[in-house]
Order: sequence, then C-alpha cells, then structure tokens
Amino acid sequence: MTAAETIEPLPTAIDLKAEYEASGVAEVLAELDRELIGLKPVKLRLREIAALLIVERARKAMGLSHETPTLHMSFTGNPGTGKTTVASRMANILYRLGYVRKGHLVSVTRDDLVGQYIGHTAPKTKDVLKRAMGGVLFIDEAYYLYRPDNERDYGQEAIEILLQVMENNRDDLVVILAGYADRMDKFFSSNPGFRSRIAHHIDFPDYDNGELLTISQAMLAQQNYHLDDEARETMQRYIDRRRQQPHFANARSIRNALDRARLRQANRLFSSADGPVSADELSTIRAIDISVSRVFTQGVPDSSP
Amino acid sequence: MRITQGCFSFLPDLDDQQINAQVEYCLRNGWAIGIEHTDDPHPRNTYWEMWGNPMFDLRDAKGVMMELDECRKANPEHYIRINAFDDTRGWETVRMSFIVNRPKVEAKIAMTRTDIRGRSQHYSWSTSR
Repeated sequence: MTAAETIEPLPTAIDLKAEYEASGVAEVLAELDRELIGLKPVKLRLREIAALLIVERARKAMGLSHETPTLHMSFTGNPGTGKTTVASRMANILYRLGYVRKGHLVSVTRDDLVGQYIGHTAPKTKDVLKRAMGGVLFIDEAYYLYRPDNERDYGQEAIEILLQVMENNRDDLVVILAGYADRMDKFFSSNPGFRSRIAHHIDFPDYDNGELLTISQAMLAQQNYHLDDEARETMQRYIDRRRQQPHFANARSIRNALDRARLRQANRLFSSADGPVSADELSTIRAIDISVSRVFTQGVPDSSP
Repeated sequence: MRITQGCFSFLPDLDDQQINAQVEYCLRNGWAIGIEHTDDPHPRNTYWEMWGNPMFDLRDAKGVMMELDECRKANPEHYIRINAFDDTRGWETVRMSFIVNRPKVEAKIAMTRTDIRGRSQHYSWSTSR
C-alpha cells in the first residue's frame, strides 16, 4: 500500500436515497404533507431545497467543489396562508439537513429591529442578529422596515445591517422575510440589494374552500372537537360567504370562526343542560353554533363593529 | 509577566476555535455570557469594564464571537475576559471566566513590603507597564 492510499479515501459513489433517509428530512417533509393542507407550490419548493442541500452534502463528502448555497428566502402571500407556520418548519428542516447549527426560529417585526432615536437601531438589530445566529431569523411584515415617506426613518439603518450580515454570515443564519405580495414587491423594488440576496421567492397561494373546510376540521381535531354532519355543511356555506366579505384572512378567519363557535357551543350547553353532559356532547360543534354568526344573519364578518 | 486569572490561564492562549468551543459549552449549560475588558489586571481589580450587556438569550457561540471581535478591535491592548453567569437558584454566580485577549506587552505586578509594628510586614501589589 502506498502512502497516498493510506489517506482516507473519498467515497466514489453515494446513495442519495440512503442519505435522504438518514438525514431525517423525509420525516419532516412527510409531516409537512400531513399537517399542512394545500400549499402545493410551497411544498414543491421545500422539496427542491431539501434535494439541493442533500446533493451539496454528497458533493462535499466526495470532495467535489461546493459552495454554501444561499438560502435566504422571502415568503409572500395573503394573510393567513401559513407563512409563519412554514417558517418554523423551515428552521427544523434546515437543522436536520445540517445547514444551520441550532435550528431555532427567532421571529421579529419592525419594532424589534428599528430603534426610536439616533444610535438605537444598530445595537437593537445586532442584538436580534446575535440571538438568531445558528438558526433562522423570521422578519414578519418586512416591508414596514422601509418607509419611503420618511427619509430620516431609522429602518434604512436596520436594512443595511441586515444586508451586511446576510452577505457575510451566510453559514451562520438564514433570513426569511414575509409579507403580503404587493407590498413586498414594492419593498424589493426600492431595496434592490435585498432582492438579489434572496435566492428563494416563495409565493403562498390562497386556500380554496375545500381546503379551508379540511383545515377547520384539522384545527378542531387538535382541540378534541368535531363537527357533526349538519355543522360540516353549514361550515362549508360559512366559508363560501365569508370569502366574499371584507378582511378575509384564509385560515386565520377560520380559526376565529371556530373560536366563536366554541364559545357559542359552551353557552348552548350551559343554558340548555339539564342533567349530566356526555363527553361526546362536549366535543361536538352543531350547525346552530355556526349559523347564528353575523356572516349569515347580517352578511358581515363577526369581527366588524 | 504572564497574568494568570480564571480558567486556562496556565495554558497557551486559546485560539478562536477553542474559545468558540468553550462558549458553546457555556451556552449548552444555559449560562449567560458577558464580555469584560480592562487595562489594569491587578488581582484586586474585580470589576472590569463591561462590553455591552451580558448576553442572556443566545443559542449559538457565533453571537459572542462577533462581540468579541468588536471588543478586540476597539481595545487591542486590553485584557479581555469572557464570564459565564449561571442564574439557577442557589448558584446565581459566575461559573466560568477566562481571558481571551492580552496586550502584546503584559503588565508587571510588583510587590512592596512595608514594615509595621514590631517585625510584622504588610505586603501590597501594584501593576505597572
């Protein structure tokens, strides 16, 4: 055996399938499929990113040239389409793929980054960045960082620090920006530096009515409630109507509707109960709990004044 | 004269990778990291200047290393130490402290003997460059 051969040989072939199984990503993606309803383009994109990271890892193991891929992302979509939920899953996926070291999610908004007086912004932003090191920094409603109407706004300072860290510390953290599509577009066009540093622009589509119904059932199941047949049909009509009304926020509207339905159910049980109540009764939402909503009676959302 | 205070001070200076590993150990134990610096390493000089606030909610050593780099840049000729504070009840104290930066020319510590009553002596130390 020559000296060259005693150096640990690089593998010449890697079973990507086995690599994929071993990383535990299959599990996370399957979980994502199971627990998140709809969102096809998002899931597809996550799969692509996972594949890229596994291939990168294989290339690294074989000694081929590899460059840490940029994984900063922007999530755009209407309210309630699951941006925050996916971001927290993202942290987990990246952690399992070994892309980030700790895999925690630090979720911030403008208030956490931008200070109130001169010299306040930089330490505040740096503090947040320090906390996010080794994990994922999620900036919700990122377009608020930039206020074009006020040229002395401190948001610009936060943006500059962010850009610098996104460029220099690519190995240390992943930044995810989230916000409504139209305003994010405006934000990116006024900050071209951001657009070019973000590799993945993922658009979250609205849910269709069937998906919203499935979501409502999943939400209830999590809290040990269920809809009876009639209630399911009423819920379907509720979703139909609610969509036409102002301030419709996809899954968030559904969650609020269900919270109110639970309130009404409790009240109904309380006022009508004579004698003991069964567990089944306690966990069933009936049509009447939904149909008294103002969405049906007055044609306005319950939240309106 | 080599100043020996805190952990590892009889060992060769830690490099950044080793400091990083020590900080990871501290964070894993849930200790808060503080960076302090001084130009006077007198043993009785317990309270050094703080470099920013102690960092209570870090998950990764990278945040500390960034601060340390900045502190080094601002005070290259100071002693800099990293303190790890344990806030669990009953401890509530610094659990680990080590020097991470020394000036090129270290301070000297000189001892002075003073005669007092009878043949007793008092000892005192002073630092000088």
